Amino acid sequence: MAGKQENPFKYIDRPTLILMLALVLIGWVAIHAAVYSPQMGGPFNWEHAAGRQAVWILTSVFLFVVLFSMDYRLFEGMASISYIIMIGILVATIFLGKEVNGAKAWIQIGPVGLQPGEFAKLATCLMVASYLSSYDVRLENQTTQLISAFIILVPAFLIILSRDTGSALVYASFIFVLQREGLSIIYLVLGLATIAAIVLSILIPAPYLYGSVGVFMMLYVLFSRRKKQASITAITWTAASTAIIYGVQYAFEHILQEHQKTRILLLLGKIEDPSGAGYNVNQSLIAIGSGGFLGKGWLNGTQTKFDYVPEQTTDFIFCTIGEEWGFVGSTVLIILFGLLLFRIIHIGERMPTKFGRIYAYGVASIIFFHVLINLGMTMGILPVIGIPLPFISYGGSSLWAFSILMAILLRMDAGMRSTMR
Amino acid sequence: MNSYNRVVLMVFIITVFTVFVGRLFYIQVIDSSYIEAARNNAIKKLIIRPARGSLIDRKGKLMVINRPFFDIKFVPKNLPVEFDSITFCRLMDLEPEFFSKRMAELRKQVGFSMYRPQIFISQLSVEEYAKVQEGLYHFPQFYAEKTYTRNYPYGSGGQIFGYLGEINQEQLDKDASQYYNPGDYVGITGIEKEYEERLRGVKGISYQYFDVKGRPQGRYKDGEEDVAAKAGENLQTSLDIELQTYAERLMTNKIGSVVAIDPSTGEVLCFVSAPTFDPNKLVGRNRGKTFASLAKDPLKPLFNRPIKGASYPPGSTFKAINGLIGLQRGVIDVHTTFNCFGGYNGAIHVGCHAHRSPVDFEFSIQTSCNAYYCNVFLRLIDRDNQVDRNYKDWYAAVQRFGIGKKTGIDLPGEVKGNLPTAEFYDKVNKGWRWRGATILSLAIGQGELGVSPIQMANYACAIANRGHYFTPHIIRKSPKNKVEKHQTGVQQEYFNYLVDAMEKVIEGGTGTIAKIPGVSMCGKTGTAENPHGEDHSIFIAFAPKDNPKIAIATYVENAGFGATWAAPISSLLIEKYLHDSISRPALEKRMLEGSLLHKYPGYVNPNPPATKPGENGEKPKPTPTDTLKPQAVWPVNRKTLSSTSIAQR
Repeated sequence: MAGKQENPFKYIDRPTLILMLALVLIGWVAIHAAVYSPQMGGPFNWEHAAGRQAVWILTSVFLFVVLFSMDYRLFEGMASISYIIMIGILVATIFLGKEVNGAKAWIQIGPVGLQPGEFAKLATCLMVASYLSSYDVRLENQTTQLISAFIILVPAFLIILSRDTGSALVYASFIFVLQREGLSIIYLVLGLATIAAIVLSILIPAPYLYGSVGVFMMLYVLFSRRKKQASITAITWTAASTAIIYGVQYAFEHILQEHQKTRILLLLGKIEDPSGAGYNVNQSLIAIGSGGFLGKGWLNGTQTKFDYVPEQTTDFIFCTIGEEWGFVGSTVLIILFGLLLFRIIHIGERMPTKFGRIYAYGVASIIFFHVLINLGMTMGILPVIGIPLPFISYGGSSLWAFSILMAILLRMDAGMRSTMR
Repeated sequence: MNSYNRVVLMVFIITVFTVFVGRLFYIQVIDSSYIEAARNNAIKKLIIRPARGSLIDRKGKLMVINRPFFDIKFVPKNLPVEFDSITFCRLMDLEPEFFSKRMAELRKQVGFSMYRPQIFISQLSVEEYAKVQEGLYHFPQFYAEKTYTRNYPYGSGGQIFGYLGEINQEQLDKDASQYYNPGDYVGITGIEKEYEERLRGVKGISYQYFDVKGRPQGRYKDGEEDVAAKAGENLQTSLDIELQTYAERLMTNKIGSVVAIDPSTGEVLCFVSAPTFDPNKLVGRNRGKTFASLAKDPLKPLFNRPIKGASYPPGSTFKAINGLIGLQRGVIDVHTTFNCFGGYNGAIHVGCHAHRSPVDFEFSIQTSCNAYYCNVFLRLIDRDNQVDRNYKDWYAAVQRFGIGKKTGIDLPGEVKGNLPTAEFYDKVNKGWRWRGATILSLAIGQGELGVSPIQMANYACAIANRGHYFTPHIIRKSPKNKVEKHQTGVQQEYFNYLVDAMEKVIEGGTGTIAKIPGVSMCGKTGTAENPHGEDHSIFIAFAPKDNPKIAIATYVENAGFGATWAAPISSLLIEKYLHDSISRPALEKRMLEGSLLHKYPGYVNPNPPATKPGENGEKPKPTPTDTLKPQAVWPVNRKTLSSTSIAQR
């Protein structure tokens, strides 16, 4: 790993760069369409979201170039420091943050507001990679598991404290990183099972759940050959189920905020409210659904342009794409995301260092979760959780954070490939 | 490290993205309900109201036109926070608090939006708008929008034209074609109502984009699916608007009706219901106020007497019909005479005025002899002792003159009047046998008989045409407006006798006051006994005798003899129509200025004259033209007539 470095731009992974640029341009074009009116002038008008996004894109390119010019070996060393600084900023945000849409997730620096939460993902990703790539760390080890969980959950917890629950959810994506690095798949399965149990606990009244668990366990014991062992398993499972059911219902009633409860109930179809809390999703579905197979054409969408869809440049930017470019355009976008993710995983797998691989998996997982939650929300599959669609949604913090995330990844990849020759 | 660790994330990605594509396929391609929902969200159908058709008189003069008005509008959201409403109101010539009051009023309205245009002041006339136009320039948030309301250059004909009003819920519910929207104006009465579908035109539709706050965002598909509005049809009426205006002037301060028809076509030339109103007052900003005061007026200016005045007995004008039926049925001939010594003296007594006796057909019309027609009627009804058969025959014969049924004039709300049936008399007499004498009042156009002025004008036409009439109508004949010819069933020869006799009425009978120099005119006076006050003055006439151009029926309530008011008014109108000038200014002046308002029960003079109270109730003084008026009136013998009372002339 020594020797003079060649020009890193020569070794940049072109497919990733092209996919990334394509997504950013699609985003810019979609933002322009989402706020378009014939009187607004061109897409470079600072008064409009598209014009401002152009500035964010240019500054992101600048950031990207700066990071790409750095020595790739610096990133690993910066992990701990950036993580600790980020934790500090998150704590400060809880007290000093500016409140936007109920979340105290913004800090004001001069004319621009930044969301530390967007950059915390980056720092956490670096930190996780740094820790897990340490010499004596093995994920089969319980202490390692706990420390990893701690590294991931502290920023998530701080972000919850600043009432930005949606962004905190993204930290759950690190489970894929841990799983890749050897964490038993049981945890992933258990995680999914817990989500299923939670959904069932909300959907079905407790007595039925307790009853059906009881009946199921009794049958299990009855048809089991080794009655004693089966009984112990049954009792353990019954206790766990009861704890989950009770815990979920308690959390639902006492911990979740009213609007979060409403969003979950809406999604699960327990309540219907197209003009109130369900308005966002309903309008989002109308916008996407009215796009049809080929879409209404660029700038011809009515639902986003005329403000029927809320947050049409940020969290609901996919509505503009769905409405104006239809099923074909939407599918192309999803395929682009899929290709990008697969390419990142590919880069990760070809990394010679563990740090590089874990970091790449972190990047892929974070982007995947953003896409999952954001698109799931606009299509009415997941509850309304306000997080941006990577590279597409309007916003400086988000674009900068993803650009840095990608810059570091591509720089390490380029660096390692150039030295390996 | 297990090998599957590498693929778990990829499997998740593939699974999730496949679900997403599937979901997109469902909502975008399979479920089409979102397309409709999006359309409903963003595209609104705007209605373009067409210009309403104008009404033109028979000579091509515009009688009902559309006049521009200006609504001052503004979008509340566009006003600056510190809007100087006081200066603005001063410029607009309004009280300083008007702005805040108007805003409070607007906020209360259903569907109020800060983003949508609101009407600040409605219906400024062109002159009013000119005054504020300068000031408006300094307040670009306010703008004027042109709208149209009805305008009546002659200020007459309100009863015929009717008026427009905002459509009500009941009419909306009845609108099977779903043409109307709340807030539309529709014809409420008169021609406006009758010809609503032709006058209103066809609404246009414009599809426009609106944003979530209701702000317009331009045309949908550049107006590709828009439908242009089609202006309403301009209708030519048969009215002579100058004759109409003159007739309304003559009927000023009187209650009653004038209907003039061109007998050769059935075209209505003028149609007056007095008192009337200036239709211009029923448009614009003060419409509501004017309407309320008209509706409350005890003289009922909104009541359309010529077609709704069902309780008018036709009086002696009806003798013409009884005479014709008598001749046709052969119960008399023109030489048959009857004695009259102060009236008919049979089972009951019907008074008559002094004239020579015996009386033949011609003289009976000329002098309007009651006794003669009592005898004719008794012969008609009692012949062969077959009262029921004879009455039904008489009933049918009368009906052929357009009495007791709607004439079919193209105005809404016509009543058929009252021609009592045989069954009616069976019922009234409770099974007792009734005979001609029982219902003798019908002989002289009294009793239960109720004939509307349009029906009287109509049978004046039948006489003028010597046997037939055309359905009276106001909108000129066209493929859409069929006009039927009706036969009366009486031979022309008998009509000729009647017409000669009616000419003598003018030349030397009860209607000499109506004589127009140089015009051969035929007429018949009538005086209908009125249990509620002074008798009604009636006159039917047509002129010229040969090839008649105009037939007229005039009915003046509580005005006394037919010759006092109805005949002179008819005569002036005929002269005006035929010669377009008046040769008898003194008579004209007396008719124009004469007021009968003090005679009407319930009338309260809003401006009592400054003269002595005693003069107020006096009848108009006789003028030299009155000298031919009959000298005496025979008292009505009310004791001998229980259900009907009779007077004559």
